[in-house]
Amino acid sequence: MFVRTALLVLKKDFAIELRSYEVLSTTLFFAVSCVAIFSFAFVREGQAPKDAAAGILWIAIAFAGTLALGRTFERERYGETLKALLLAPAPRPAIYVGKLLGILALLFTTEALIVPMVAFFFHARFFDQSLYLLALLSLGTIGYAAVGTLFAAMLVRARTRDVLLPILLYPVTIPVIIAGVRGTAALLESPADLPIASLWIAMLAFFDVVFVTLSLWMFEPLMTE
Amino acid sequence: MTDFERVELVDVSRHFGRRRAVFRVSLAVQRGEILGLLGPNGAGKSTLIGLLATLVAPSSGSISYGGSTPSTAGATIRRRIGVLAHELHLYPELTARQNLEFFARLYGLPATSTADAALAGADLTDRADDQVLGFSRGMRQRLALERSLLHHPRLVLLDEPFTGLDDRAVGLVADRLRRLAHDGAIVVLATHDLDLADGLITRMAVVRGGRLVADAPAGQGTRQQYRSLMERG
Repeated sequence: MFVRTALLVLKKDFAIELRSYEVLSTTLFFAVSCVAIFSFAFVREGQAPKDAAAGILWIAIAFAGTLALGRTFERERYGETLKALLLAPAPRPAIYVGKLLGILALLFTTEALIVPMVAFFFHARFFDQSLYLLALLSLGTIGYAAVGTLFAAMLVRARTRDVLLPILLYPVTIPVIIAGVRGTAALLESPADLPIASLWIAMLAFFDVVFVTLSLWMFEPLMTE
Repeated sequence: MTDFERVELVDVSRHFGRRRAVFRVSLAVQRGEILGLLGPNGAGKSTLIGLLATLVAPSSGSISYGGSTPSTAGATIRRRIGVLAHELHLYPELTARQNLEFFARLYGLPATSTADAALAGADLTDRADDQVLGFSRGMRQRLALERSLLHHPRLVLLDEPFTGLDDRAVGLVADRLRRLAHDGAIVVLATHDLDLADGLITRMAVVRGGRLVADAPAGQGTRQQYRSLMERG
């Protein structure tokens, strides 16, 4: 029942997105613009500052993620369909998981585009340690999206949700962003500092367990007015 | 849990910050009844619907559904509740059929046959594969009503269900609600428009400033009684 409900919600979000590609296109456009602007600002005569790539990659992910979260839940606000989901006899945390999976799919698609872009513009050797990079991106994105999905759902009814979402989200997810940046920077050392990268990966895994558990536990009470 | 015969609110209050939306309301409604929750805008009707729908938790007091409470049997109770709110709980980007099939699956019902029956009930079979975005308010309202009744709920909660409907559609919805009550459902209808509720509701509960100010059988004199309560202030 839990998995079936989560997949139903995910499938429904895909069906809506396939009608317009609205959230995907705006998120991709925003992330690509972000990387392009940073490259114009920092890359001089083909030389990028050391360590800039890691920070820019994670800033683009965080900002694009905020946009994706806001747009995705805006759809549930119109027609108050989130209430209709909460009224269903399904376990309410399953609805959270369904929405989270949709956000993750969006963010992973965005990352598939911007990681090669950052690598190209900033001469970052991301792909020398692909598995480590994959672990950092996956775990970092899950941690960020887990908190973001909870907050975005919670703020659906708030009039100032667009302002409140980043105000609430960034302070809480700062540990995830820092771990992502430091872990990625460790991969870009020459040679790559794999023990340090592994440490940050372990840290991200820990944050994920904490954030996902807390979100699943808090979703139902927070969604009941 | 067996299907409940009555829903009972006991001394229920609900505050939003310092604002008192509902204050010490006690009310019981039985199967077969169509209870009209009447009152002016901002009286607390929608909050009461939210409380009954388990979407809003009471600040104090309790609500029981035949002896069960949402804290102990939330999903089981929700399975027996159908809500038609002022916002229609439909995805405008999806077609009428996609909306109905999604909600049917969410309630564990066979998607295709349930959607077909609901589309016929909403008189929208020929528009089944059109996006809801292009529907008139009346068509959306009919579709939303069928969506809320997909799972044959015991407790049917309606918040201003006649908004945007023409006279014919109002008659069709009213007939549908009478049939539901006749078949054993508990129907609670919140409206500020007594003209539309008159002749449909079997009992009226008048709410004002969050308080229940009258609870009486509806019938001859209902309109006059309501108006005098409103004028009394």
